[in-house]
Amino acid sequence: MTETMTTPMTETDDAVAFRDVSMTFPDGTRALSATSFAVAPGEFVTVVGPSGCGKSTLLRIASGLTTPTTGFVSVDQSSLGYVFQDATLLPWRTVQQNVELLAELDGMPKDERRRRALESIELVGLSGHEEKYPKQMSGGMRMRASLARSLVLDPTVFLFDEPFGAVDEITRERLNDEVISLFMRKKFAGLFITHSITEAVFLSTRILVMSGRPGSIVGEFGVPFEYPRDPELRFDSHFAELCGEISHALRGAHS
Amino acid sequence: MTAGVEDQTEVSLTALGADESLLGETGPSGRPTKKNIVSSIVGPLVFLVVFLAFWEYMHLDGMRRFFDKPGFLLPSSVTVIDQSFLDSIVRQQMITGLAWTTFTALTGLAISVVLGITLAVLMAQARWLERSMYPYLVAAQALPVLAIVPLIGSVYGGGIGARIFVCVMISIFPIVTNTLFGLTSVEPSLQELFTLRGASRSTRLRKLQFPAAMPSIFIGFRISAGLSVIGAIVGEQFFRAGQKPGIGVVIEQFRQKARFPQVYGGLMVAALLGIAVFFAFGALRKFAIGRWYDESS
Repeated sequence: MTETMTTPMTETDDAVAFRDVSMTFPDGTRALSATSFAVAPGEFVTVVGPSGCGKSTLLRIASGLTTPTTGFVSVDQSSLGYVFQDATLLPWRTVQQNVELLAELDGMPKDERRRRALESIELVGLSGHEEKYPKQMSGGMRMRASLARSLVLDPTVFLFDEPFGAVDEITRERLNDEVISLFMRKKFAGLFITHSITEAVFLSTRILVMSGRPGSIVGEFGVPFEYPRDPELRFDSHFAELCGEISHALRGAHS
Repeated sequence: MTAGVEDQTEVSLTALGADESLLGETGPSGRPTKKNIVSSIVGPLVFLVVFLAFWEYMHLDGMRRFFDKPGFLLPSSVTVIDQSFLDSIVRQQMITGLAWTTFTALTGLAISVVLGITLAVLMAQARWLERSMYPYLVAAQALPVLAIVPLIGSVYGGGIGARIFVCVMISIFPIVTNTLFGLTSVEPSLQELFTLRGASRSTRLRKLQFPAAMPSIFIGFRISAGLSVIGAIVGEQFFRAGQKPGIGVVIEQFRQKARFPQVYGGLMVAALLGIAVFFAFGALRKFAIGRWYDESS
C-alpha cells in the first residue's frame, strides 16, 4: 500500500482515522480540504452531503483506491469490505461464484470459501438463488449479492459508497433493514456515504455533514436511537426532528 | 488509432444486431413465437422465391434487354442445379472443392484466432505497446493481397500453404481489434474490485478481462469466420498448385472452359459455406456465453 496508508497514526484503536486529509486532482479540482475524523470499532458513521461534494473521494481514499494529496489515513486494509455504487457483479458468474470472488482472490481454500459464501448468501436472504446469473435478478437482489460478497471476508471495516442510490425507495428501505441486521450480527465498523438524510439517520450511530467543493466536514450529529431499528422509526417525530436539523446544517453549508 | 478500433467495433455491433433478428427464434419467454417463425423461416423462403423468379427472368430476357449479352452467361437456376449437383462427376468435384476450402478456411481461421488473441493480449498490456503495434496491423490489413501474391508464392509455394496465409491475412484484423476492445473496456468499478484485493496482472487477465471480453471476441470470430471463407477462395484463385482443388479452383477451372452453369454452382457452394460458418459461430456464441450475456444490454 501507499506510504500514507502504513504511516502509524496516533495510538488510537480507531477502525478508520483521517487526519488533515486533503485531495487535489491533477486537473486542479480540489475535492477535499483538510478533513479529520475517526470511526471507532462498532460505530456506524454516515457522511451526508450533496452530489459532487467529494464524499465518494473520501471513501475511495479510505479504501486505498485513491492516494490523498496530503494527510494521514489509517484503515485496517487486511479486513476491508467495500460496497460500490452499483452491484459490480461479474455477469459471467453465478451468485455463488460472485460471492466467492473476493475470497478466491485472497487465496482462501475452496471448501472454506464455499461454506462462507453459502452462509453470506443466506444472511442476505438470497438462499435458493445461488445458481442465478446477475442478468436474471432484480437490482435489489444484485445489491444483496454484492453485500454477501463483501461479507465473505468477514470485514472489521465496511465501506459503503452510496450503495442504494440506484434502487427504488421500497427496495432501499428493505436493504437498509438488511444492513442494520448485518451490522448487529457482525459488529463491524461502518462508514457509509449517501445523499439521503433519512437513510443516514436510520442507519447510523453518528452522522457527519459535508459541504460542497472542496469538501469538508461542517457538522456532526449523534443518533440516539437504539438498535435494532424498527422500520416504523422513520415515522417517529424525533426521527423527523433530527432529519430536519441535518437538512438545516446541509443548507447552511451551501448558503 | 483508437478511433479506428471503435469504428470497427461499432460496425461489428451493428452486424451482430442484424444477425440477432436472423437467429432470434425465441420470444421473451424463451419459446419460439409465431411472429419469429414467420420472420426466420417464411421470410427467407419468400425472398428465395422472388430471387429465383428474378434470376429466371434475367436468364430468359433481362441479360439481353439490359446488358445486350446472351442469356447463357446467366444460366437458368434449374440448369445450374442440374449440371452442378445432379451430374455425379461435377458433384464430386464440388464436394472435394468444398472439403478443401473448408479445410483451408478453418485452418486459417484457427491461426487467426490464436495469433489474433495473442496479439490483442500483448497490446492490452500497455498503452505504448498498443500504440506501437497498431499502425503495422492497419498497414498489414490495408495491403492488397494481389500486390504481394508473387511474394507469398515464393515463400509458401503455390499450394495450400499460400492459401492459408492469404486466409490469415484477410481474417486476423477483426479478431485483434474486437479482442483488444473487449480486454480494454472492462468497467472501471470491476477493475477496482480486483485492485482492492491486490489481484495480479495475470489473475486480472484470467478472471476479469478475458471473460469480460468474450462477447466482443465472439463478434470478432464471426466476422473473421466469414472473411476466412473469402480468404480461402481468394487464395485458391491465385494458388492452384498441388492436388488440393478448393471450390475457388473449381470455379476458376470451369470459368476457363466457359462452363457457366458449373461456375454458378460453385458460387452457390461458396455462399452456402459462408452461411454455414456464420450460423455455426452464432450458435457457438450462444452456447458459450448465452447463459449470462444479455444481448439487449
